[in-house]
Amino acid sequence: MSIWSNLGLVYALLGAAVAVFLAGAGSAIGVGIAGQAAAGVVTEDPSKFAKVLIMQLLPGTQGIYGLLVGFITLSKVGLLGGGAATLDPQTGLLILAACMPIGIVGLISGKYQGMTSAASIGIVAKKPDQFGKAMLFPAMVETYAILALLISILAVNAVQI
Amino acid sequence: MSEQYTYAVARIRALEVSLFSGSTIDQLIACQSYEQCLQFLEEKGWGDSETSGNAEAILTREEEKIWEVVKELSIDMKNFDVLSYPKLYHNLKAAIKEVCTEEKNRHIFYEDVSIPGSVMLEIIKERDFGKLPAHMQGAAQEAYETLLHTRDGQLCDVIIDRAALDAIYQAGKASDVPIIRDYAESTVAVADIKIAVRSQKTAKSIEFMKRAMAECASVSVDQLSKAALAGADAISEYLLGTAYAEGAEALRTSPSAFERWCDNRIIQTISPQKYNAFTIGPVIAYVIARQNEIKTVRIILSGKLNELPDDSIRERVREMYV
Repeated sequence: MSIWSNLGLVYALLGAAVAVFLAGAGSAIGVGIAGQAAAGVVTEDPSKFAKVLIMQLLPGTQGIYGLLVGFITLSKVGLLGGGAATLDPQTGLLILAACMPIGIVGLISGKYQGMTSAASIGIVAKKPDQFGKAMLFPAMVETYAILALLISILAVNAVQI
Repeated sequence: MSEQYTYAVARIRALEVSLFSGSTIDQLIACQSYEQCLQFLEEKGWGDSETSGNAEAILTREEEKIWEVVKELSIDMKNFDVLSYPKLYHNLKAAIKEVCTEEKNRHIFYEDVSIPGSVMLEIIKERDFGKLPAHMQGAAQEAYETLLHTRDGQLCDVIIDRAALDAIYQAGKASDVPIIRDYAESTVAVADIKIAVRSQKTAKSIEFMKRAMAECASVSVDQLSKAALAGADAISEYLLGTAYAEGAEALRTSPSAFERWCDNRIIQTISPQKYNAFTIGPVIAYVIARQNEIKTVRIILSGKLNELPDDSIRERVREMYV
């Protein structure tokens, strides 16, 4: 089986990879940044561990969204069921394009959500009673990852195979 | 944006909780006696098991704690040069005086700097000035020879203090961190103004003032020294045309009001760092805030020890960072 005769499937698989790879990288960066801040607070005040851990995990969702879109894509092209569909390059490219929103937005929003989480961890360090308000700031960034996830899912599902 | 300070800033945020606020300082002033003040400080976690009941030991321990935290943050200590130079130059001054006068007084040295007392003393004894940092070498040799030949302690002080101001200013200029630049500029300008005020009171010559003052961007050494020669009002008048106009008002009130204004100005300069999450600014601000806090507590303790009325202690109390 030549790769050129299955270019459609290659593009579709690339789409799934982009969704998982970029969104996952965004989450890794974000969780890493927030984790540094969380470690700083716990060094001085271990009692805040639970609160800062939740803050650290907030940028982790982009990776899950990427994984979800990856799964849907693989399932759509039949790679998970064992019988891969035959796709023309045009359809493959459509699937790749459908995966782009969560990949790119996941990468950028993951990083910035991590930075916002780190700043909010500063609020928790000084005013633990303001935890609810502090959590809202990084949660705002999440909105855009969810919008991208929505469009990616709708677009992958809309492609006719 | 740099993530390398994320850990440090978050840790500093957690530490800021234990900084004294204005109301804590009010509580300290409200203590009935010196002993009660010490007890209050110990309840707040100041000092350690070895410093109990000894005010000077408690304050020294607190100063050491600042640098212990800073060293754990894995930040290049070059960033703290502007804050450590005064202590470093103090050690130089103390070592030169000890070597030249042969008076032994070990406890006058700071030990938490890059060249602790014993090392500094060794360098000066052997006249091995090449072992000192480049910015210190010239001043160290000049001050040493001046004191040895003229026995003029004040001149020796002037040479070293001037070199310290120049070093702080250069370290500030070399830094790309705005708070370090602002702090260095502010420190040198305020030191120049203090020199002008004291020189005017003790009727020093313009040559003396120019030798003691360090050049900086916000204050003109030439104009300030001429103003000091003309009188106290001329200094205030000159300051009104600079960024230190409020200082002129404080200067008219009293020397202690002026000193208080100088410290408050530094705290106002660093205040925006409370809202900064990623740069080195909050770490520098924390060190300055802690030093300011220790200075304020020292003022209160000495007021209490000398049984000054609460109002006159309050007049001298500095603004707090938090």
